Amino acid sequence: MQSVLALHENIVAAQTAHFDTPLALKSGAVLPCYDLVYETYGKLNADASNAILVCHALSGNHHVAGVYAAGDKKAGWWDNMVGAGKPIDTDKFFVIGVNNLGGCHGSTGPKSINPATGVEYGSAFPLVTVDDWVVSQARLADSLGIQQFAAIMGGSLGGMQVLQWSIAYPERVRHCLVIASAPKLTAENIAFNDVARQAILTDPDFHGGDYYQHNTYPRRGLRLARMLGHITYLSDDVMGTKFGRTLRLGSLNYGYDVDFEIESYLRYQGDKFADSFDANTYLLMTKALDYFDPTHVTPAISLAAALASARASFLVISFTTDWRFAPERSREIVKALLDNGQAVSYAEIVSKHGHDAFLMPDAHYHALVRAYMKRVTT
Amino acid sequence: MRQDFQTIADWIPTHAKVLDLGCGDGDLLKYLQDSRQAHAYGVELSDEHVLACVQNGVNVIQRDLEAGLAEFASASFDYVVLSQTLQAMHHTEAILREMLRVGHAGIVTFPNFGYWKNRLQVMRGNMPVSDDIPYQWYDTPNVHLCTMHDFEALCERLNIRISERVVMTAGKRVRFMQNLTGSLAVYRFERR
Repeated sequence: MQSVLALHENIVAAQTAHFDTPLALKSGAVLPCYDLVYETYGKLNADASNAILVCHALSGNHHVAGVYAAGDKKAGWWDNMVGAGKPIDTDKFFVIGVNNLGGCHGSTGPKSINPATGVEYGSAFPLVTVDDWVVSQARLADSLGIQQFAAIMGGSLGGMQVLQWSIAYPERVRHCLVIASAPKLTAENIAFNDVARQAILTDPDFHGGDYYQHNTYPRRGLRLARMLGHITYLSDDVMGTKFGRTLRLGSLNYGYDVDFEIESYLRYQGDKFADSFDANTYLLMTKALDYFDPTHVTPAISLAAALASARASFLVISFTTDWRFAPERSREIVKALLDNGQAVSYAEIVSKHGHDAFLMPDAHYHALVRAYMKRVTT
Repeated sequence: MRQDFQTIADWIPTHAKVLDLGCGDGDLLKYLQDSRQAHAYGVELSDEHVLACVQNGVNVIQRDLEAGLAEFASASFDYVVLSQTLQAMHHTEAILREMLRVGHAGIVTFPNFGYWKNRLQVMRGNMPVSDDIPYQWYDTPNVHLCTMHDFEALCERLNIRISERVVMTAGKRVRFMQNLTGSLAVYRFERR
């Protein structure tokens, strides 16, 4: 068992890789140069065959595991999954977490300084897609001397990156772990994203995305966007159990301040997020989600055809109460892989935690990942 | 290895595409993978078994067989196996049809309710409990127990051609009056 003390001993530091080779984006725009900030855990072996890439979701970043200083209360976002002796065991594997392009945690994004103008990119930052991220991640792998990943894993939007890796670089990944994900968003999902975007875009402090120069910040919009998103990451079940109709102060206040615990919780989550994230990045990440669709080529192809080039073995996992990336969506991926006769295992984890379940410690879920990783040779 | 597994494995040529429904811990799949280089998948419902399959290094898809085999394309397997699960299924006819939609041939094994020891226990006035039906009536997953005659009659009705039949008692083949002397039946069948 991992003791709390041992956990805190996993002190990590972020690194930055600079790229001067221009990156031609799917949109047609070109990023002449960019930085990717990343972290690594464990040791790359001599033949660079034990590397695992962890792809982050909408609000994630490169800080997957560990802490930055002894005594830090908050560890990386998937610290329960990645670390010494954990399901993704850093005693065996060399794990990489990278902040995607367009992010707001160090990699080049809308709040970075545009070398061409000397001020923040803001509205000038191009829309990047899942495909673009994967190309940039491959370049990072090149720079680290990694020809082929033992595994690439991710949840939600991260899972889409994993799928894209298997399609774009079939020879560069042996195992794909696609968790709480989907082959493309549904109309309902895009609708939620658009409401979130509208909250930001209509905030008077947004200034067309160039709020940095106006010394403002569309905090209200981002807060609302996150509150809405947060609702969809939970389940009715868990909201009911956790908050129910419990009153914050024990009685109704007959006004518009917080009455119910759930209101207090959502506002807190919105505030916390608005203080630590960038509104332009949120817009960009939601668009990347909306755009991802490996079947959307000319002429359109089936998902099976899109995945036909993949050489990796797959582990696909979904969670019963996840309605944002429902089990049926994972089954679409499984069906496509089965149609192609590709190696795939699929598990549907019983959980009350909705979409967020993929980030939660769950004994069975973690046992499955651990068991699967046993077959991943290095 | 379970006594019916060897018979099933003997019927499956090398490099065959095999789907094992209700594959348990994945032991048969593992064996077929290792000894026949089978291209194999299992289907399981229970979390515990899905985990065991992943530990066993076999492909497993978690789903409820009662809901059919929607993820699996028609004619995508050489063999679809349903070992010691038929008797525990509600949708008996549906799964037999699904097996032959997805596979060119089906293999089922089930405890033969017509085995004389079972008949004797019924004659004595009790529901049978034996090696192949090891449950008390109030604590059994089995809902559709049948005799070999019953199964063959159903196949006839569903236009299923039985191509091979092996009957065993305590791991040994029986050849004489099988519906009476056999405890476990193994069938291979195809569309007619």
